[in-house]
Amino acid sequence: MRKIDAKIIKDTVKQLFLDCNYFIGDDVKNALKSAFLTETSPVGREVIRQILENDEIAAREHIPMCQDTGMAVLFVEYGDKVVIENGSFAKAVEDGVREAYKDGFLRKSIVSDPVFERKNTGDNTPPVIHTTIVEGENIRITAGGKGFGSENMSQIKMFSPSAGIDGVKEFILDTVRHAGPNPCPPIVVGVGIGGTFEMCAQLAKKATFRSIDIRNNDTKYLQIEEELLNDINKMGFGPAGLGGRTTALAVNIETMPTHIAGMPVAVNICCHAARHKTAVI
Amino acid sequence: MVKRISLPITQEDISSLRVGDNVLLSGRIITGRDAAHKRLYELAAQGKELPVDISGQIIYYVGPAPAKPPRSIGPAGPTSSYRMDKYTPLLLDSGLKGMIGKGIRSKEVIDSMIKNKAIYFAAIGGAAALISQSIKESRILCYEDLGTESICEYVVEDFPCIVAIDSYGNNIYEDASRKYSIVP
Repeated sequence: MRKIDAKIIKDTVKQLFLDCNYFIGDDVKNALKSAFLTETSPVGREVIRQILENDEIAAREHIPMCQDTGMAVLFVEYGDKVVIENGSFAKAVEDGVREAYKDGFLRKSIVSDPVFERKNTGDNTPPVIHTTIVEGENIRITAGGKGFGSENMSQIKMFSPSAGIDGVKEFILDTVRHAGPNPCPPIVVGVGIGGTFEMCAQLAKKATFRSIDIRNNDTKYLQIEEELLNDINKMGFGPAGLGGRTTALAVNIETMPTHIAGMPVAVNICCHAARHKTAVI
Repeated sequence: MVKRISLPITQEDISSLRVGDNVLLSGRIITGRDAAHKRLYELAAQGKELPVDISGQIIYYVGPAPAKPPRSIGPAGPTSSYRMDKYTPLLLDSGLKGMIGKGIRSKEVIDSMIKNKAIYFAAIGGAAALISQSIKESRILCYEDLGTESICEYVVEDFPCIVAIDSYGNNIYEDASRKYSIVP
């Protein structure tokens, strides 16, 4: 067994949330730079220029690129030969989130009860933690702040298998069309297909946390990702929804096996501030 | 061409602005988003006095991140406007003259904007660090208990935005996406 001090978990989580909010990934930056060259709308080009400038200011001054620093979401691959010392894993993660949002000038956006009280918890906790137990003695954490302007535009549907790929594609395009200018385009479209109701939503989130320069290694889904991106960029919403050919930067699809009777599909929309960082402990 | 507007905005300014105009706003604006709108709406619906004078004002839909010293304001980009749609017509009837946000508005809001000769500006969503450079001062006016959602007064200088819906009901979100869409 390998022993890891809880403080290492806490400090790592804190750093991941600071980094993801201050420093946009090279994947998004490169995609924005190439969109700036190809965008045909003058307004669209100006919006992309402002986004790039914004992201530079954030990185230079160590301030969040967007005021919506999100709900803290973590994907954890927890090695089964790891023991946490001097504390618990769950508390260490929560403490890391709390310290990042407090010390890093990140916005506290979480309310206690979702319907009635809606009182701000004051420290952006609790986080959403998706944990998978894996073989080994490492812990791999991917963390991101998920803004709700785009989160609110996401949808899920339980298809009959007979709907086929055409049904899946139509649903994804409908979701993006319905979102329109609202989710801060250019967007990253995360798609989860398969599993169960809750697992396909988790896959869709995981897809938005995949760097957009990493393409699907299954050629069938790679082709669908490319076709969908092409179709989405014909919709005309463009940067900030003010018109143009850059509505999405990428479509990322994640899949897993599912039941003989079903074909769940979830579409999780992410804004251009597609923030995620990974650490392996 | 960029139009410079000094606040408070005049009716003449509003009438002269057209959808798609690039605008730089300077002067005082107020802020308010979901929770503050709910409170203002409930007071206005009961005919009670509001804790802040919205008459002739422009409201910015924003909940900023905390200010990192020595700055006086943290990143402060627009939030999605549609969530305020339910509350907006009554606030326009109560004297509000303009809104700054992002994204589409309901038909009810646009009808009320035409009726009340009001204007809707879009700021660039996700350009919060850049936008905050044009916000020079911030002070809380009311609802401090709401934290980032409290109603503040900002002093802005050359705050960049674009006319998204003008006082005649012309809508950039419909026009622009139609112009750039490629129908197969």
